[in-house]
Amino acid sequence: MRPSLTLRLLAALDKKSWLALGVFLALSLIVVPLLHLAVGEDSAFYLSTYFITLIGKIMCYALVAVAMDLIWGYGGILSLGHGLFFALGGYAFGMYLMRQIGRDGSYGADIPDFMVFLDWKEIPWFWSGSDHFAWAGLLVLAVPALVAFVFGYFAFRSRIKGVYFSIITQALTYAAMLLFFRNETGFGGNNGFTDFKRVLGYSVTSPETRLVLFGLTAIALALTLVFAAWLVKSKFGRVLTAIRDAESRVMFIGYNPLWYKLSIWVISAVLCGIAGALYVPQVGIINPSEMSPANSIEIAIWVAVGGRGTLIGPIIGAFVVNLAKSWFTVSFPEYWLFFLGLLFIVVTLMLPQGLVGLWKKITARQGASA
Amino acid sequence: MTKLLMILLLGACTLPAQAALDAAQVRQLAAEDSTDKVAAIRHLTQTADPDAVRVLQAMAEDSLFLAGDRAVIIDGDNAYDATSGESIKMPAAPESITVNNRIRGELSGALAALKLFDGERSVRLESAQKLQSKVSPEMAPLLARALAKESDPEIKALLTLAHAQASLGDADPAVRLAAVKALAATTSPAIKTVLQPLTDKATEADDQVRYEAIAAIKAIDGRLALAENLGRVFSGLSLGSILLLAALGLAITYGVMGIINMAHGELLMVGAYATYGMQSLFRAYLPDYLDWYLPAAIPLAFFSAALIGVVMERTVIRWLYGRTLETLLATWGLSLVLIQSARVLFGAQNVEVANPSWMSGGIELMPNLMLPWNRIIIVGFALFVLTLVWVLMNKTRLGMFVRAVTQNRAMAGCVGVPTARIDSLAFALGAGIAGLGGVALSQISNVGPDMGQGYIVDSFMVVVVGGVGQLAGAVWAALGLGIFSKLLEGWAGAVIAKISILVCIIIFIQKRPQGIFALKGRFVDN
Repeated sequence: MRPSLTLRLLAALDKKSWLALGVFLALSLIVVPLLHLAVGEDSAFYLSTYFITLIGKIMCYALVAVAMDLIWGYGGILSLGHGLFFALGGYAFGMYLMRQIGRDGSYGADIPDFMVFLDWKEIPWFWSGSDHFAWAGLLVLAVPALVAFVFGYFAFRSRIKGVYFSIITQALTYAAMLLFFRNETGFGGNNGFTDFKRVLGYSVTSPETRLVLFGLTAIALALTLVFAAWLVKSKFGRVLTAIRDAESRVMFIGYNPLWYKLSIWVISAVLCGIAGALYVPQVGIINPSEMSPANSIEIAIWVAVGGRGTLIGPIIGAFVVNLAKSWFTVSFPEYWLFFLGLLFIVVTLMLPQGLVGLWKKITARQGASA
Repeated sequence: MTKLLMILLLGACTLPAQAALDAAQVRQLAAEDSTDKVAAIRHLTQTADPDAVRVLQAMAEDSLFLAGDRAVIIDGDNAYDATSGESIKMPAAPESITVNNRIRGELSGALAALKLFDGERSVRLESAQKLQSKVSPEMAPLLARALAKESDPEIKALLTLAHAQASLGDADPAVRLAAVKALAATTSPAIKTVLQPLTDKATEADDQVRYEAIAAIKAIDGRLALAENLGRVFSGLSLGSILLLAALGLAITYGVMGIINMAHGELLMVGAYATYGMQSLFRAYLPDYLDWYLPAAIPLAFFSAALIGVVMERTVIRWLYGRTLETLLATWGLSLVLIQSARVLFGAQNVEVANPSWMSGGIELMPNLMLPWNRIIIVGFALFVLTLVWVLMNKTRLGMFVRAVTQNRAMAGCVGVPTARIDSLAFALGAGIAGLGGVALSQISNVGPDMGQGYIVDSFMVVVVGGVGQLAGAVWAALGLGIFSKLLEGWAGAVIAKISILVCIIIFIQKRPQGIFALKGRFVDN
């Protein structure tokens, strides 16, 4: 008899990992808020708004990296278009935030400023209902899922894979970026959605709201980790890994890879959408540049740096690369692209298993010599 | 006021042209009021007198002055009487005559009209061409006179057009009708605008004229649309040539090694910067032969791109065989490094690469269909590179080896093909062709660090649609995509065109995953 779902979820992580997860949640839900609110600004322990926003943003990226790892590390499918799903989630929630501005925009109209600018009289049909939080939340999940399903169904059905699939996903996100750049498509054009004021009636800039969003992101990341750990250990995950390693053989045994690939593809897209929705209120803007091919391919490098096929790897990678990015772009802006480019090369050439693989190698060597 | 003036002028020109200029009219050129000046200029134009050319020319060159009550032309230290052209004593205090923009425009039109009576054919031709865009109804009698005198057929055709335009405002419906009929045979948006008022009942009372005007506009529209579509097909052809140059190299490397080089677009950039470098060298050391920098840039671009390609292959790609997805990432990293290097070396701004003088201008097929030389040459250049590649792939030992490795790497290795060396050479060749593409690209678009970024997706599409390892496939796919996207752009705008092409390609792959020209044979994947 199979153990109950709770038990299986519990078994997804070992004791140490549960402990680490607990520490992470305690830090982000208790320690960070305390250090931001209760400690004076001049104290050495004070955490600035900049810090909270930065870490919150990187946690969203880490969520995307985990989603990317599910499809690439476990499914063997390299997507160069995951920025699209991230941005779709962001746009869906961004529109809710735009509607929350109400009449406080520069034109004082019932519709968002950019629509006034286009001389539109009412909200276009596809945005109707976006002023309800629940509907916006549903869109965050459903839009990336639908796009991923339609695209994935056709792509996987005709057994497009490898570099073909990668380049076509890149083309997809590029096309979407062009579409969103247009003013008349109703996505705010070049500027996207910005100047948010409230979420669920609370000011988005107040420290409390920021901390709540920060905490929610941490919880989402933790839940995703547990879910992913459970998923890859389940039978589904094992078949998926088998497809990654030898697709033809899996087919000969009697599995249809289409549904396995399609499911993980859609799950990955939905996770990206959630990350995008959490990202937008914290960063305060969503625009089409999030869909640029360069952004999507950067997601792959987070995963590669951390270590594919492990769950902690993508999170480490997202933190390392993005912290390096914020440091470089402030201190040595002209060297950032050199660094990033070399990172791509060095990681693929020398660290195929990423930092996690390196760590394992080092500990194994120490264990052998001891 | 202007109406009055027109009647006055129409009356004036019915008088026979007099040999000498009217002194009062010449004096009026120096009048205070611009309107008076214009009237005088028009009057002088009607006389079609060579002397009038002299006076108006002087006025246009700001050498017409007022001395006392007499207009004089002062040329350096000499002074002439404006009316008679006789040399006179230098006046004591000549007053300059204000020539504002309105007057200047009037003068250039008048001078062009007067030159219609010049003895030189070339002067008349130039003036007739210049006149087309500034015909005014007052010129009708003048043009009629010039037309009667003219014997050259080319100038005559131009004058007929100008005269027809001028007589559209004639009071006699028969004259207007003849004018409309004459204009119906032209292809110019400007004439369409001229005819437009004649289709309106409010401005044109005569039904027959109105009917003819509508028919004429329809005829012009038809020809305009034809020219526009032909122009689109041609720009599609030139876009296709660029795509072909970009995709040929990619097709070779993808065929041989099964990897997509994401830095391929940056190799285009290297070629374009090599062109820029050669241009700078010529500017500095051989300014007399500057026009010939482009042929000199071709080998430089080929070898610099090929060299970078070999370095890339030897240092990075070689170590990633069999790991195609990682190669994608590593070559992306290479492209970032190349872009940033270009920024550091040449600055983030676009650099200026000028067309050589023999590439400027073009062939005018129709009045609004111009085929620019630079694009024609690019199409020819792509054809040349294609031929070269075809010979290389099909007639040389290297080409045979490359094809062998493309078809079956292991078996090729078994029969003694040095696969590793072939990989390097094929990669160098592909990179070099991209460099050549960069030379072509530098002639029609901006040269900057980011220029290659947009090409990787497009050229990959060409490879996908054409089928892997197929030259013919790449050619058809590149030209097809180029023309199709330009035509779509014309109808639906650039963005929609791009998106619909991507959608079409995704659908296409559903039907033919191997491309138009699939390699025949049995393959095992994984």
